[in-house]
Amino acid sequence: MEKKEHIISILVYNKPDVLARIAGTLGGKGYNIESLCVNTTTSYEISKIVMTTVGNQATVTRIENQLRRFVDVIQVDDLTNIESIHREMILVRLNITSDKKDQIKKAIDTYKWKVLLLSDSYVVLEITGDKPQIDFALARLEPLGIADITRTGIVALQLED
Amino acid sequence: MKLKGTQILLKILEEENVEIIFGYPGGTVLDIYDCLYHSKLKHILVRHEQGAVHAADGYARATGKVGVCLVTSGPGATNTVTGIATANMDSIPIVVFTGQVPTGLIGNDAFQECDITGITRPCTKHNFLVRNIEELAATIKEAFHIARTGRPGPVLVDLPKNVMAEEIEYDPANIKIRNYEVFHKPAPKKMAQVFEMLFHAKKPLIMTGGGVILGKASLELTQLAQKYQIPVTGTLMGLGSFPGTDQLWQGMLGMHGTYYANMAVSHCDLLIAVGVRFDDRVTGTIETFASNAQIIQIDIDPSSINKNVVVDLPIIGETKATLKDLMKFLADHNYAPVPAQRKAWLAQIAEWKEKVPLTYCQNGKIIKPQYVIQKLHEVTKGDVIITTEVGQNQMWTAQFFSFDKPNTFISSGGLGTMGFGLPAAIGVKCAFPDKQVVDIAGDGSIQMNIQELATAAQYKINVKIVILNNGYLGMVRQWQELFYEKRYSYTDMTYAPDFVKLAEAYGIVGLRATKPEEVEAVLKEGLDMNKPVLMDFTVSREECVYPMVRPGASISEMTLDREITN
Repeated sequence: MEKKEHIISILVYNKPDVLARIAGTLGGKGYNIESLCVNTTTSYEISKIVMTTVGNQATVTRIENQLRRFVDVIQVDDLTNIESIHREMILVRLNITSDKKDQIKKAIDTYKWKVLLLSDSYVVLEITGDKPQIDFALARLEPLGIADITRTGIVALQLED
Repeated sequence: MKLKGTQILLKILEEENVEIIFGYPGGTVLDIYDCLYHSKLKHILVRHEQGAVHAADGYARATGKVGVCLVTSGPGATNTVTGIATANMDSIPIVVFTGQVPTGLIGNDAFQECDITGITRPCTKHNFLVRNIEELAATIKEAFHIARTGRPGPVLVDLPKNVMAEEIEYDPANIKIRNYEVFHKPAPKKMAQVFEMLFHAKKPLIMTGGGVILGKASLELTQLAQKYQIPVTGTLMGLGSFPGTDQLWQGMLGMHGTYYANMAVSHCDLLIAVGVRFDDRVTGTIETFASNAQIIQIDIDPSSINKNVVVDLPIIGETKATLKDLMKFLADHNYAPVPAQRKAWLAQIAEWKEKVPLTYCQNGKIIKPQYVIQKLHEVTKGDVIITTEVGQNQMWTAQFFSFDKPNTFISSGGLGTMGFGLPAAIGVKCAFPDKQVVDIAGDGSIQMNIQELATAAQYKINVKIVILNNGYLGMVRQWQELFYEKRYSYTDMTYAPDFVKLAEAYGIVGLRATKPEEVEAVLKEGLDMNKPVLMDFTVSREECVYPMVRPGASISEMTLDREITN
């Protein structure tokens, strides 16, 4: 069976050890979590975890079933199989040096990157997009000299109920 | 009414109809023990915390109720881990209360502190650290609810000392617990599919497992098999879920399964698996397991479906309700097997059984371990609850003792925990003081929790212990004989205590048989005494458990026997 990336959305009770339980079990069973995003929902009692893992359908079904066994897990959906929208975000700091200054300015104008902070010595950009868009941006940012970068896990939203 | 944490704990235990606690006191649970001092709740003081968990586990397996233990923090808590993992692998409902250092000290490496919820996270169904008195009552209630519902399992509740000493208004009506469980009622469409598959099957076989016992579905399973004349095999955990003396019973399947059960699985065209998880000891090579059959799997836990064996028709649901629905559907639609077909199938299995019956050879002056087990069945007429240790003693018991009723074979299946049998027997006997309870042990495993003889002696818990003493770690030695050219690396246990004297030292009775003709008399004498009795049987040293499926082989390829020269 074909291995591919699966985006799994998990609703959980916002308990102190719920993430440890999920991460521990998946790790213990040899499944890798490739990316992870967690925060509370509109209710503080309930959190949503969006994680991505790579595997064939059978493996991913096993992971989902494992997750459903947890007392604190409310709902598990594999968004790969339903229509959904995906986003990642990067925060990136570019150091402004005299030789790169014009290049950086041009790139920001061309790609319409959002400038969060600007000083004489650095610029901080916020870029969101789906995975190909982020990868595209990273390829353009690389030659400009990335001083520091943070990339979030994938967040995803399903488009059908 | 204002109550202390300790009082709330004991109050809820009473509300949950807890009859007995297996425990061991220590620093962080002193307040709870002080409260117990005035309580009517029965408490059994074990001699090691592992024994407490196995005893609670044995109690739960025999009664179907939740077993309870109470231990202190740190080493008291870590000593429970093997017991908890044992219960977890076999889905046994127990609640383990551990003491914890005061909340202000958690994380400071305080004396006897350990992160027991962290340690037991992978081997509990769920666990809790109670962080304040407000959550105490609901947490304890929830622990019992989680342990016993759905696919049962162990739940640990960690109780910091200061939380238990605080006071709060207690009102049982105000306790709200989350209902986490989704109960699946199988769709009628699935029943129609089963009907269709059964209708077309010429060689159906039922495989029964621990889920049938846990789900209290033995009656329904037995009715299904008997009404439609479907032969039955079972996993280790399924023993007793179908009468072992019934004609349709083919014995256990798998690594040490009967020849005919393994042949039946390999040749059947429809396998109805109920409450099993297709453990590797059962399936042998996955690729060839039941390779001629369509497989129906009925299980309460979706994570058990398609985990090891890919099945044709998964049905997620409680075993009892599902089998009831199935029986009704089959009756409503007038299902009946084709008599000639069913006769031919049963005749085929009977032929396999005649060709290679389950057997051993009791000749000469040395006691064969299987002979002791058969004699035990004869003497007790099977009216007994058996616990076992793990290894050859366990496999011979599974093979040669016919279990007719559920909850009468109490054994550590999934984890395979040596030292389980004695404390489990103590737990069983506490639940059924009027029943004969026998631990079938090896000389290796009995030493792993031998200290619990003191518990049996102190409370006059009249368990009987049958040691099949071959002076080896028998099953490991068997593998060394078969797969490591008889290099018996550290499996010789000849240096052991004199078990009869040891029994006497603990204040219980010790008996010994060294010749076949003494076996029956020793068993009768030991079983008749109204005292805990340890019976030491000196048995054939290098007897092997057969049939045996070599690791990595198909279950249809069995090693049946070897030349026995003694």
